[in-house]
Amino acid sequence: MSIVTVQLGQCGNQIGHEVFSALCSDIRGTHGLCSKKENESYQDSCKERFFCEEESGVPVARAVLVDMEPKVISQTLSMAARSGHWKYSNHSHFCQKQGSGNNWANGYSVHGPRHKEAIMNLVQKEAEKCERLGGFLTIMSMAGGTGSGLGAFVTQCLRDAFPTSFILNHVVWPYGTGEVIVQNYNSVLTLSHLYHSSDALLVHENDVIHKICAQLMNIKQISFRDVNQVIAHQLGSVFQPAHTAGGGSGYSRNPLGDLMEALVPHPEFRMLGLRNIPQMPESSLPYSTFSWPGLIKHLRQMLIANAQMEEGIDWQVRPPHPGLHPLHKKPLHFNTSIANLVILRGKDVHSADLGSFQDPSLYTSWLNPQDAFNAWKTPRAFNKYEKSAALVSNSQFLLKPLDSIVGKAWNMFASKAYLHQYTKFGIQEEDFLDCFTTLEQVISSYTNL
Amino acid sequence: MTQSVVVQVGQCGNQVGCRFWDLALREHAAVNKKGMYDEALSSFFRNVDTRSGDNGPDIYKGKICSLKARALLIDMEEGVVNEILQGPLRDVFDSKQLITDVSGSGNNWAVGHKIYGCQYRENIVEKLRKTAEHCDSLQCFFIIHSMGGGTGSGLGTFVLNLLEEEFPEVYRFVTSVYPSGEDDVITSPYNSVLAMKELNEHADCVLPIENESLFEIVNKIHQMINSGKLGSTVKQNSLVTSSAGSAKTQVKPFDAMNNIVANLLLNLTSSARFEGSLNMDLNEISMNLVPFPRLHYLVSSLTPLYTLADVNVPSRRLDQMFSDAFSRDHQLIQADPKHSLYLACALLVRGNVQVSDLRRNIERLKPSLQFVSWNQEGWKTGLCSVPPVGHSHSLLALANNTCVKPTFIELKDRFMKLYKKKAHLHHYLQIDGMEQSCFSEAVSSLSDLIEEYNELDATKGGPRVDPSRLKIAV
Repeated sequence: MSIVTVQLGQCGNQIGHEVFSALCSDIRGTHGLCSKKENESYQDSCKERFFCEEESGVPVARAVLVDMEPKVISQTLSMAARSGHWKYSNHSHFCQKQGSGNNWANGYSVHGPRHKEAIMNLVQKEAEKCERLGGFLTIMSMAGGTGSGLGAFVTQCLRDAFPTSFILNHVVWPYGTGEVIVQNYNSVLTLSHLYHSSDALLVHENDVIHKICAQLMNIKQISFRDVNQVIAHQLGSVFQPAHTAGGGSGYSRNPLGDLMEALVPHPEFRMLGLRNIPQMPESSLPYSTFSWPGLIKHLRQMLIANAQMEEGIDWQVRPPHPGLHPLHKKPLHFNTSIANLVILRGKDVHSADLGSFQDPSLYTSWLNPQDAFNAWKTPRAFNKYEKSAALVSNSQFLLKPLDSIVGKAWNMFASKAYLHQYTKFGIQEEDFLDCFTTLEQVISSYTNL
Repeated sequence: MTQSVVVQVGQCGNQVGCRFWDLALREHAAVNKKGMYDEALSSFFRNVDTRSGDNGPDIYKGKICSLKARALLIDMEEGVVNEILQGPLRDVFDSKQLITDVSGSGNNWAVGHKIYGCQYRENIVEKLRKTAEHCDSLQCFFIIHSMGGGTGSGLGTFVLNLLEEEFPEVYRFVTSVYPSGEDDVITSPYNSVLAMKELNEHADCVLPIENESLFEIVNKIHQMINSGKLGSTVKQNSLVTSSAGSAKTQVKPFDAMNNIVANLLLNLTSSARFEGSLNMDLNEISMNLVPFPRLHYLVSSLTPLYTLADVNVPSRRLDQMFSDAFSRDHQLIQADPKHSLYLACALLVRGNVQVSDLRRNIERLKPSLQFVSWNQEGWKTGLCSVPPVGHSHSLLALANNTCVKPTFIELKDRFMKLYKKKAHLHHYLQIDGMEQSCFSEAVSSLSDLIEEYNELDATKGGPRVDPSRLKIAV
């Protein structure tokens, strides 16, 4: 099954490009460490999911590029073409001239309706190129105006036009200390709207990725390109083909569906966090060896202690005692999960034991531990890492950041600052209040796990 | 890509404007090596096929034929505009972009606004329409003028009104040069306060400039160069005051000061014209820096003032650039933002600077700055890959800060000194359309503005009480 990616705004297009680059470079690599047959199956599966074959033989990304100003798309298209290994279709982009001015209302209420037909036509064309459509992946930031506002509108249109398809929104959360002053307003508006039309939100926070770049990747002068490449690597580790437990011998044919089934048992809980281990500069890879028990142990503690990366994990945090009365306060800093998905890639993956992730004390009581935990595996190594493990988690990972964003937005809303910029495009105070209510509800639900 | 049109009004407006076009050409010449007309150029220039004379068609792609500025030059005296037309920039403007008269406005806002406004209204509208027609996506009008005289102040604000009526969707950014205390125009307080009312009501963003600040910056640079304190040589064309490498050869005294303002406008629009990893367009500036409609006065600073000839820039010097942006003596008005309250702050970086450098410096400088309680992390940032000519990197800081208040209070005080004695009032009141109420309304508008800043200042330093969040029934 194929996935159609919709790249929205500057962030969405910049990251989208890095994702396709990473996927392409991974399948072209000779570091698969597995049998030829396995490797070929992997390559075919990846190509079917993300690329279209063209007569020239150069794979064409299954993507629609949308932005309200032309500079980023133009750069993105040319960078891809210059790589020589893959490219975007010449007819899959839509742009305008003026941008959205970091104004969610402008993106949602003005650009959305105005350009709906043109954008959805492009999506339809891309969808028709797929033999079997597996769903949509949108990539956007929630701080600006296009990715956030127009992105929310387009997600709704996708839901209306493709009611039975899966929609996964990859949302980038901005640095806490401003990239955009009204970022918290834009975030609140985006998240509340996405919650109503999307199937799940897969989140990356710029602050977290920045730390990974600084502390694990040893990058001195971190650029957005560096950040985006780490994000692309993490996304690749989720979306590259893997074998699901009951999937038989072939690679999973329905990656988005499998993801949703594994992680979103209840519509109130749709926020997914992502962790990846190990993460290091490419130059260090030849000098490092990993063991599955070590990786799994670290990943599990990252989950429990809500660590953002494999350094600085708090090993003191423990899951609550199994016999603990449900009303007893859970230990502080313990991250309760609803559902988890671990994806293992690389050498000797069949020997990896994931029993520790099935420990019922990690989860809320309302699902069977067997249903709450899923594992996907493939012996084919990813992106030059001999062994790597990814965790996609529906847990309290994002509770604190979400609460912080809503708090700051509320603080600003109480003073009515900047509201005139939104009301002039049709978003009124009541609309804001509805969004705040939706998110407070989400926060409350996750808090009371 | 969007286009912007510059409307330069009066002597000051046209002198600054002239420097702007010169430096804009220089900047594009440095970046555009192939001589092809591109999107970046089209934001300020048309490409005209002049083989069949001045009325040739616009060429949208391909080689540069003849660049024409997207500008309107307005002055009620001929001296300055004539000089421009005889100088090296004469080919950049065509006669259809000029509106001039002979007798000037006599430093009288009412003459500029009421008499010439009325007289030239149709002419101005027609020329504006023509300029707008040449743009396929007009985003912004930049008005450049001074506040203290008659034409720039009176006719300039008349044009501002006109722009709002005729082109309500297009942004109006105004660069206003405010008179100093020792201004030799006695009636400058009247002119300025009458103009302020118009700026309050019709501008989207105002960038106030004070000559004293420009003058101090120019002096500072001369001192630094002459004192020999700098180890290596200063790259001449990197001076924020320099015209080196541009068409102009003589340097008149005001040129250095006007170059600073021209550079301000170039840097402001750089991220809209050139690519970068985090673009910051003009509509984003207005969105992020104007929390309440009337509080749209932005204090600006440009750093570094010059670049040394070293090729490797240690991050220490990069960090110094950020520190300087917040220091009193780099601001383009006499104000100290560090000791007042920030409502919002924007940093537009050009050149080889990455997001980590930005973040490091914001973290470093934040503790020494006071932000209003509802905007504690109120930073808007932009990264443009193309540095200004002669520099490897530069920074433009725009602050919406209560430090503009003293400038306005002083203006009001100087106004009241004259007004109480009714000094020179008759020159204004004898103009058709002017009444005493124009004055009282204008000073009232200014007082209200000052009061809004006062209320914000009152919240400074107080205990931070966050409003309670919505409660959800579990």
